[in-house]
Amino acid sequence: MAKVLVVTSGKGGVGKTTTTAALGAALAQSGQNVVVVDFDVGLRNLDLVMGAERRVVFDLINVVQGVAKLPQALIRDKRLETLWLLPASQTRDKDALTDEGVGRVIDELRSRFDWILCDSPAGIERGATLAMRFADEAIIVTNPEVSSVRDSDRIIGMLDSKTVRAERGERVEKHILITRYDAGRAARGEMLNIDDILEILATPLLGIIPESQDVLKASNVGTPVTLNNADSAPARAYTDASRRLMGEEVAMVVPTERKGFMDRLLGRRAA
Amino acid sequence: MSIRLLRLFGGREATAPVARERLQILLSHERGLLGQSDLLVTLREEILAVVSKHIQLDPDKVIVKLDRGKTVSTLEVDIEVPNNFDKKVSERRMAG
Repeated sequence: MAKVLVVTSGKGGVGKTTTTAALGAALAQSGQNVVVVDFDVGLRNLDLVMGAERRVVFDLINVVQGVAKLPQALIRDKRLETLWLLPASQTRDKDALTDEGVGRVIDELRSRFDWILCDSPAGIERGATLAMRFADEAIIVTNPEVSSVRDSDRIIGMLDSKTVRAERGERVEKHILITRYDAGRAARGEMLNIDDILEILATPLLGIIPESQDVLKASNVGTPVTLNNADSAPARAYTDASRRLMGEEVAMVVPTERKGFMDRLLGRRAA
Repeated sequence: MSIRLLRLFGGREATAPVARERLQILLSHERGLLGQSDLLVTLREEILAVVSKHIQLDPDKVIVKLDRGKTVSTLEVDIEVPNNFDKKVSERRMAG
């Protein structure tokens, strides 16, 4: 059965696009048929993070408006056979997407894929509500930072009221994914810890992604972090999260990045 | 204890507990106003309208909370009024 999953957050810049690419690649690597859909109309970036920016001809809006057929707009990943991208448009205005049109595209995607990962724009505007509208499950990406946690709370409220599932009286399954976590700083009491965040948001945890240089390195070269350096701490954390999505029981470990001696000496942090 | 020791050595303050507390207070307030139901927002506005006919109010100092329990639910209305509000009202009445 196809699953529609929205990757969302209230605050921008917490790692939704990175997460969509990384989880999409990890799911595809384990043999699932996956499409990642960029809903961030006007500020598309998923194509860039996936390394497909020069292959975009048609986009989600073209398909919604009937200018292009779905197969014309879908871009197959160069590295993984079962991973596809449906890019967002950069130029058109945001009102080009309608509830009904997006519903039609999602339905068509459902018949072709096992997983449909929707990368949501930040905020609580129309774009974000459209991205979550048809979701069966939601990943709320949050940083251990007060502003991010507060906005996540708002998004959780929207998931419980503005989705098709919620309107039918059903549940959208929700997961928290904590990104840019620094276990050392949390232990020193300089950063909200996992338990604080989960208690405040009262939503189960899908994974903890450590603050790491590997995330930026991967997006620099346009490769999902799970493919770029599969042994890195963030890649392992994302892969574990993808297995949890598939229903596997994977023990939750708090990943830490190894730091070199000089980094420690100079107190350098990962960018 | 360990956090305190670390703080001694590191010379840095543990700010996370403060963050946690601030968030808990803020969200319990926001959840009452947003997201849960339009009923609360409507109630708040109407209560505000009625009371402010007689007392000058700061809208930010009105808190309406609905706690749903298993057997009993409570509606809590907390209105902070300025001192001497009754004088002002009686003065207004005298004038009127």
